[in-house]
Amino acid sequence: MKIIVCIKQVPDVTEVKWDENGSLIRTGLPSIINPNDKNAIEAALTLKEEKGAEITVVSMGPPQVEEALREAMAMGCDHAVLLTDRKFGGADCWATAYTLGMAIKKLGHFDLIFSGVEAMDGNTAQVGPEIADFLGLPLLSYAEAIEVGEGTVKIHQKLGDLTRVIEGPMPALITCEKELNVPRIPRMDLVFECFEKEIKVLGMADVDGELENFGLKGSPTRLRKVFSPKRAKAQVEFLEGTPKESSQKLVEKLHEINAI
Amino acid sequence: MTAIKDLSAYKGVWVFIEQFEGKLTNSTLSLEILGEGRKLADKLGTDLTAVILGENLEKTAGDLIKYGANTVLVADAPVLANYRTELYTDIICQAAKERKPEILLVGASATGRDLAPRISFRLHTGCTADCTELDIDDEKKILVSTRPAFGGNVMATILCPDHRPQMSTVRPGVMMLPTWDEARTGEVIKLEVTAKEEDAKVKILEVKKHEASAQNIQEAVRVVSAGLGACTGNCFDQLKELAKELDAEIGGTRPVFETGLISHDVQIGQTGKTVRPELYMAVGISGTVQHTTGMANSRTVVAINKDPNAEIFKFAHYGIVGDAKAVVPALIAQLKASRN
Repeated sequence: MKIIVCIKQVPDVTEVKWDENGSLIRTGLPSIINPNDKNAIEAALTLKEEKGAEITVVSMGPPQVEEALREAMAMGCDHAVLLTDRKFGGADCWATAYTLGMAIKKLGHFDLIFSGVEAMDGNTAQVGPEIADFLGLPLLSYAEAIEVGEGTVKIHQKLGDLTRVIEGPMPALITCEKELNVPRIPRMDLVFECFEKEIKVLGMADVDGELENFGLKGSPTRLRKVFSPKRAKAQVEFLEGTPKESSQKLVEKLHEINAI
Repeated sequence: MTAIKDLSAYKGVWVFIEQFEGKLTNSTLSLEILGEGRKLADKLGTDLTAVILGENLEKTAGDLIKYGANTVLVADAPVLANYRTELYTDIICQAAKERKPEILLVGASATGRDLAPRISFRLHTGCTADCTELDIDDEKKILVSTRPAFGGNVMATILCPDHRPQMSTVRPGVMMLPTWDEARTGEVIKLEVTAKEEDAKVKILEVKKHEASAQNIQEAVRVVSAGLGACTGNCFDQLKELAKELDAEIGGTRPVFETGLISHDVQIGQTGKTVRPELYMAVGISGTVQHTTGMANSRTVVAINKDPNAEIFKFAHYGIVGDAKAVVPALIAQLKASRN
């Protein structure tokens, strides 16, 4: 079985710091494999152990994404493909899905594509479903359990307040939830080995496709502005005193405004 | 895949409506975006169309007109009873190609976030995910979508100037519900459904309602919300008692969800739910942007935190500086006393 795992290297946005003027400091954040994408890698590795599989991990981004791909290989993925080209820059979800989709077509036969449900920086959850549409694949999203049968694949899908068991033919694209598994820590011997392995680097000329569909040019959406969320909505009234006194004041206040 | 389109041919605002067993889903999200769609359509001076797919939809389709749709496009067939990505994408894309809406809104529910990107890829258009604010640019008459970005640390305003329909998914709990007006009239149009069960690649073997979702925190009048500062010792148990005293639902931040004390259904913030209750009591919550985007529109906010400089106080109407372990029991006692 051949499995492709799409991953994204993201800044660890839980580590965000602000300067004294309240502006976001974007530099210096550690780069990590997007947490959901690690669940996707783990899902592929589990199948590899159960049924035997060859895993290719694919990522688009600047050359430094090589680190993320090496880490994926240290976890146990067999091959890595880095999609990097200045012309890929500024891509929105549509153009990203187009680029990854074109590259996957080049990679030849596969049985399954795994991705995380969403990336922690953008949180759009769009690229996985979009690749599925581009490649005409059944989309099995929000997987909390995966079971591969004879030419078919079944997942437990967490669809809002429903849990569904759905089944589709392979090849298919599966987006992986956090609840699916606990990603493994890279093995020490594989960490050393992964630096020996070759990473296939593809640019725009290698994946073919139409020039106007890549990068910023190929992105239907345009960023107009970025701003800090509205803060300080309320003027806080501190209720002072011992816990008892302040609690008493609070209960009085809440009664006054009919909140309780 | 050509990007050049005659944009003037695209008119009207469409809203995708979710159903379960022929009725509107328990979540009010679809109605919220219908209400928002009405506002955008009025601003553009155009019609609002509700799009609904499922089985036995006659009554629900009629209701959507009373809620403000001028037109309802209905695809009613047994094969559509349960949501399926590809079948729904096929029908909506076909209808959109024929009828050319300028805007298509979809709820940012699990279903909507599965469906919208697939539609947008096929129609070669942009979709802005998880919007918390929508508007029309007065001059250009295009959709202006605002969403949290960079893990919720900043807000981004995004346009889709040259592709149609302009698509956005909308977060639950941020838009106002539309008013029901018995006097409204409109047209229900049936879409032809040619798909058969055997055409569906994906089969649904089992559908189960989540137990945890019996509580819907988005509909709670009062919410007691836990941060990590309210999770040491037996503090969380006391918080539950406080919630009971206040007749409130209990929720919490992402770190609290990660400890396993609360389920994801009641996690509040960027990667969880958006709530706007009458009373929001934040206990031991520092107030990161990831959290406050999910509660900033609450009517009255009370914050209890031992750090007087905690960000959460910027969102609070009443603040108590103190350790949750000491304040929560005192508050329970006062509430009990005030009842006598």
